[in-house]
Amino acid sequence: MSVAEGEPAAGAPAVGSSVLLEAERRTTGRGARRRHAPRPGGAPGERRWLAWLFLLPAIVMLGAILLYPLIYSIVRSLFSDTPTGAVRSFVGLHNYGAIFTDSRSLQAVKNNVYWIVVVPTLITIVGLIFAVLTERIRWSAVFKTVLFMPMAISALASGITFSLIYADQPTRGLGNAVAIGIHDTFSSSHPYPSVHPRDTAVFGGSPKAGYTTHQSYPAGSPVLLPVVGLNLTHPPSSTAQATAPTSGTGISGVVWNDFRLGGGGKPGAVDLGERGLGGMPVQAVQNGKVVASTTSASNGQFSFPSLNSGSYQLRLPSSAFGQPFNGYSWLGASLITPAIMVVYLWIYAGFAMVLIAAGMAAIPRDALEAARVDGATEWQVFRRITAPLLAPVLVVVFVTLAINVLKVFDVVYVLQQVAGGSAGVADVLAVTLFRDFGNQQYGLASAIGVLLVLLVVPAMILNIRRFRRDQT
Amino acid sequence: MTSLAGTDIVTGSIRRGPAARIAARTGGGALRIFLIVVALIWLVPTLGLLVESFRNPAQYANGGWWQAILHPAQLTVSNYSALLKNSSITTALRNTVFISVPATVLVILIGAAAGYAFAWIDFPGRDLLFLLVIGLLVIPIQIALIPVSKLYTTLGISGSLLSVILFHVGFGLPFAIFLLRNYFAGIPRDLLEAARMDGASEARIFFRIVLPLGMPAVASLGIFQFLWVWNDLLVALVFANQSSQPITVALIDQTRQFGSSIDILAPGAFLSLIIPLVVFLAFQRFFVEGVMAGSVK
Repeated sequence: MSVAEGEPAAGAPAVGSSVLLEAERRTTGRGARRRHAPRPGGAPGERRWLAWLFLLPAIVMLGAILLYPLIYSIVRSLFSDTPTGAVRSFVGLHNYGAIFTDSRSLQAVKNNVYWIVVVPTLITIVGLIFAVLTERIRWSAVFKTVLFMPMAISALASGITFSLIYADQPTRGLGNAVAIGIHDTFSSSHPYPSVHPRDTAVFGGSPKAGYTTHQSYPAGSPVLLPVVGLNLTHPPSSTAQATAPTSGTGISGVVWNDFRLGGGGKPGAVDLGERGLGGMPVQAVQNGKVVASTTSASNGQFSFPSLNSGSYQLRLPSSAFGQPFNGYSWLGASLITPAIMVVYLWIYAGFAMVLIAAGMAAIPRDALEAARVDGATEWQVFRRITAPLLAPVLVVVFVTLAINVLKVFDVVYVLQQVAGGSAGVADVLAVTLFRDFGNQQYGLASAIGVLLVLLVVPAMILNIRRFRRDQT
Repeated sequence: MTSLAGTDIVTGSIRRGPAARIAARTGGGALRIFLIVVALIWLVPTLGLLVESFRNPAQYANGGWWQAILHPAQLTVSNYSALLKNSSITTALRNTVFISVPATVLVILIGAAAGYAFAWIDFPGRDLLFLLVIGLLVIPIQIALIPVSKLYTTLGISGSLLSVILFHVGFGLPFAIFLLRNYFAGIPRDLLEAARMDGASEARIFFRIVLPLGMPAVASLGIFQFLWVWNDLLVALVFANQSSQPITVALIDQTRQFGSSIDILAPGAFLSLIIPLVVFLAFQRFFVEGVMAGSVK
């Protein structure tokens, strides 16, 4: 980025996706900066007051908006509040203790820990994977642009965007529409939610307990299990014309919908037009215990050829009748925090990827090729050369994300607003601080603010040390 | 594998990364499909918002936005025309501009002046002061909400556009000074020395040499700061009032009744993100550089 390197001083803004590659190639020009570290010569004394003139606006602003508030908050955090926000009395560190004892702010502390443990690591790994995978893809610049784009969008817009995905009703929320689609593809646990016995003479039970025949059937006799309630206008593909059972070895029978469109069939007998229920789980029960289970064919027939002696009750278990899967409550108490983290991942994955890709582009190719020529496997090259050389970049990405995650407010606040109700379970410290501020509990809010500052002090020291190292 | 790599070098082929090897093994197709799917997943949320913003709100209760792709008759511009007649929304959009532009310009001017002093004027305590600026980079804005709101009450500017602007300037400055000082420091010393020999004043050097040469960094900073302020929610939530609130605050109040306010929320959110999106796509390089340099913040 240094002018001395011969870069255009003020080039026209490049348009198009190739510029991401360009930006990457330049890798923020840290090296260049180091080489051109200024050694301003002995400036004449007359220029000194000029320096202060140049600095004055910045000093005033930094003093008023950053330094004064820092000192004010530290002092204010040692005092308790009246209900209207006035200072009540000096309480020492009591407000800090309250952060960890009040159940709501304790929940926020726990959530912050959860965020810090999960999110920076997750996003760094995702960014690394994407950076590696796109390294030699021709359209990687387009991919990077797409992934980086959410960084330009406000957390509010992102929150509204994702609320459209997280809506509870499967007809509205894309998340549940997809979840139900996947669930129903891989699981047929409730194939016939609307089906029930034709009459209680044959079966007893309920959808929740399953239906069990009153009678026990001896081996060799065909069993008829008539049910009704199948959707006949759109019969499931697992059903077909029912076939009356024939006697054979063991227990066998048919489970079918004893009703046909237009009516006219004979109750209790398999008629033309009546459909067998395929995929129906059937259990053989003896003395209240399930001794065997099978699944019916699409014509409704099932058999237990191994049950050659004794007599058995038959049961259609509850798994055939339960209510259909309705998706997840994404913004409900148990999933809201992970759901918000997903939004955060969506926003920051591109950032991590672009930074890591820039770091990878800076790795000398010769070293990699030399290792490969020497017979190193791809994994060895990654572990011994790429990873160590990339480590500083990964640390920068991780630390940046960690700082941002500590202060996370917007995304959480927006999705909490949308979720309403019990959304308080997703509180983080920044949200608690904002609420305390709104409730004029300035001492408590100040304590949380000071705590946040203390938590970023390591990053502050890291920045200063990095800068001093770069200067030498 | 070794012989393969060897041939690559002989034939002068460029570096083959792990991805290329994976691609070679899987025929490239699987990796490509995976990346396309990922890219689509990243695009779908915004696409959904765009479609929803053009949908008849009555349809929201009946099904998600993807239904409009099957039934394009559901699409309408009435949400937008209603929104642009809604004076609280148009005022809020105007406020967003009135906050973002001055907050960006002021940060550039004040930051550049300070950056120049730090880079090219020697004065006692310079290094210590600059380390302080670096230390301030990571300070969370939350610490300043209470004291600054009290300060604004004393100054009598509570709730004004100015109060929001000044806060953004204050918190934008450490990064601005950091970025510009480092960039200005890379300007060839001879250039400045020659100008000083010729008797140019510091102000003249600053405006005629340093600022023009520093344009790439100024652009990065400007775009970064502009998007930051444009997208802000918390600062405006605390300091703005009904008449000075930007679009983010105007919309957040509606999120409580998400379903019934969807005709305002979806187009409003889309209007609020289209400007940053265009700025991002047009000035991608500067933005990415700003963000990358800002990875200390």
